[in-house]
Amino acid sequence: MSIGTTWRVARVVATKDLRIEMRSRVVANQVLPFAGLVLIMFAFALDDDILLERVAGGLVWLATLFSLFIVVQRSFGIETADGALDSIRVAGVDPAGIFLGKALALVVQLLILEIVLIGGAVVLYRVRVEPASLVLLVTCLLLATLGLAFVGALFGGFAAGIRGRETLLPLLLLPAIAPVLIGATKATEAAFGISGMVTSEGWPWVGLLAVFAAVFGVGGLSAFGPLIEE
Amino acid sequence: MYGDDSMNNNSTPDAVGRVATPATRAIGLLAIATMAWVVVSGLFLTPEDAIQGDAVRIMYVHVPTAWVAYLAFIVTGGASLCWLVKKTPTLILDRVAGASAEIGVLFMAMTLISGSLWGRLTWGTYWVWDPRLTTTAFLFVTYVGYLAVRGLGGSPHQRAQRSAIIASLAVLEIPLVHFSVVLWRSLHQSASVLRPNGDIKMDGLMLFTLFSGVIAFSLTFLWLVMHRQRLLTLRDVIEEKGLEAAIRERKDGT
Amino acid sequence: MNTASVVEMRDAVVVYGDFPALAGVTLSVVGGEILLLQGANGAGKSTILRACAGLVPIVRGTAEVLGTDLRIDRKSVRHRVGLLGHSNGLFSDLTVRQNVTFWAQLVGAGEEEINDALDRMGMAGRLADERVGALSAGQKRRCSLANLVIRRAELWLLDEPHAGLDGRGRDELDSILRQAVTAGATVMIASHEIERSRNLATRTVLVSGGRIKEVS
Repeated sequence: MSIGTTWRVARVVATKDLRIEMRSRVVANQVLPFAGLVLIMFAFALDDDILLERVAGGLVWLATLFSLFIVVQRSFGIETADGALDSIRVAGVDPAGIFLGKALALVVQLLILEIVLIGGAVVLYRVRVEPASLVLLVTCLLLATLGLAFVGALFGGFAAGIRGRETLLPLLLLPAIAPVLIGATKATEAAFGISGMVTSEGWPWVGLLAVFAAVFGVGGLSAFGPLIEE
Repeated sequence: MYGDDSMNNNSTPDAVGRVATPATRAIGLLAIATMAWVVVSGLFLTPEDAIQGDAVRIMYVHVPTAWVAYLAFIVTGGASLCWLVKKTPTLILDRVAGASAEIGVLFMAMTLISGSLWGRLTWGTYWVWDPRLTTTAFLFVTYVGYLAVRGLGGSPHQRAQRSAIIASLAVLEIPLVHFSVVLWRSLHQSASVLRPNGDIKMDGLMLFTLFSGVIAFSLTFLWLVMHRQRLLTLRDVIEEKGLEAAIRERKDGT
Repeated sequence: MNTASVVEMRDAVVVYGDFPALAGVTLSVVGGEILLLQGANGAGKSTILRACAGLVPIVRGTAEVLGTDLRIDRKSVRHRVGLLGHSNGLFSDLTVRQNVTFWAQLVGAGEEEINDALDRMGMAGRLADERVGALSAGQKRRCSLANLVIRRAELWLLDEPHAGLDGRGRDELDSILRQAVTAGATVMIASHEIERSRNLATRTVLVSGGRIKEVS
């Protein structure tokens, strides 16, 4: 028997995470500026307006990925600072619920980040978002974020806290999220109308994102418990 | 828990610690024989390609190693999934998974290097973004990560548990990555992305040599994995004996 | 008072890697006891606590906690046991009340129980709305004990609970623990401090070299 149903645990954990973020404002004050800086750095490195507009989709998601590491490490940093994740695990709380809760909180934080980044791309790289492609863009955002959050919660939990494990996070995370980078970039490019892409071309990529999210949602629910176990 | 029942079957070392058995000797000899044939045939007997010239001979290394790399992936994934699913898993499955991953990483590296050299010779570039090469690169990195997880320490059971889960996740990841890359490259149908072996006219001998190459490399892989798995077993046995001694020591000493 | 057997270990062995942290521990604890595990660092006191919490596998011997055989299933006993190690398991950005509420929501406890737990730990009133990060060591300790109370843990496993506390903090802690036992819990404490804890414990055992050496 464990404490609470999976969904209740998830809700409580997610609320706790978001409450902590609202009080400490780490994502708002540190990660968002960092992401914005990354966009600017890209402009310095690539130094070509036409090129930037063309690759804007990819740059937005690259910036998201770089920020993902920080957000995930922060998410589990609050758990390991005072042994909280250990206490929660030790108390027999349903690990699937912990996984879901951490992922949900990550989704919220990542969505905010991505919206800001897209805004940044509109301003800095001069891309346009047509109302007609808004549905595509929003769906892409939701599904890609879900996938990133699931993978982040899973490997973040695994890499948390134990000396020598934190450095594993990027190595494990990056190969796993390659499909999201590919799919989200293409779907976003379709939404931006880059290189003459039409909105409808983006939907197959959204399909890929959906499959990815489903696979890692299910995978994470089952694997999280054993992975955080000693 | 610690004493597992794998100690009594044919794939574990005997009491003296030798890892060779009649089975591995046979496989080893067969591997050497077929490999010798492939070397001779590949280097001397088969014709050169009309377009690529002698560069085509790299194919006899590149294609088989790619095949073995994927074989290793399947073996590690399969053994890990079996380990997770069995009610009382014996550590032999875990060791097979680990051995296969270690040897597999070598073959993946060989695939990447041979593919890179081939590309350099035929197209002048060290890398092409073709789906097979790209996926192999991901496979390589993923398995480096897997081996890093195996090296985290802890009891054999903990190691087996963690690695099996990571390997199972890899079984999910790699097809997804491959599918994404294929979709991605399919957008670039332009002439710049051609696979080195895309337009080689293969005659009977070339095909046969290629086929033999696959067999030779697979046999080599098998031989290596069997030996490595036995060495890993030996290592676990030593640890187990060390553990018994340590427990006894602690009990009596203080 | 419940005097059923809470912990029953016979020749239990626990290993970390290839080091036998517990080399054959035999220990019995009955309900309502405050048991003190005394011994030097590295003797195995913390490991005994972790074993009772079902955190580490028992590889030899037997161990039963609250009626559950740990060699068969060490996960189901966890929610009935509270382990307080060197860390407190608190979220420093949240207030005391928010921390306790987190656990309350997990177990389905209500407002009243939260207030009761805070009261019992002397953390009601203004203190409840303080950020945990700003609290003293003693106050943090009491907050984590409030979490144990709200979780209705039957067995409290405390590793060096008096560490870092001043005189008044230790007195407060002692009275909290006695209260908890009166309310039905059983307490096991690991400590290398001799004088202080002796007054609190109903029984003391000495842990050395991964084994229990004597009982008093």
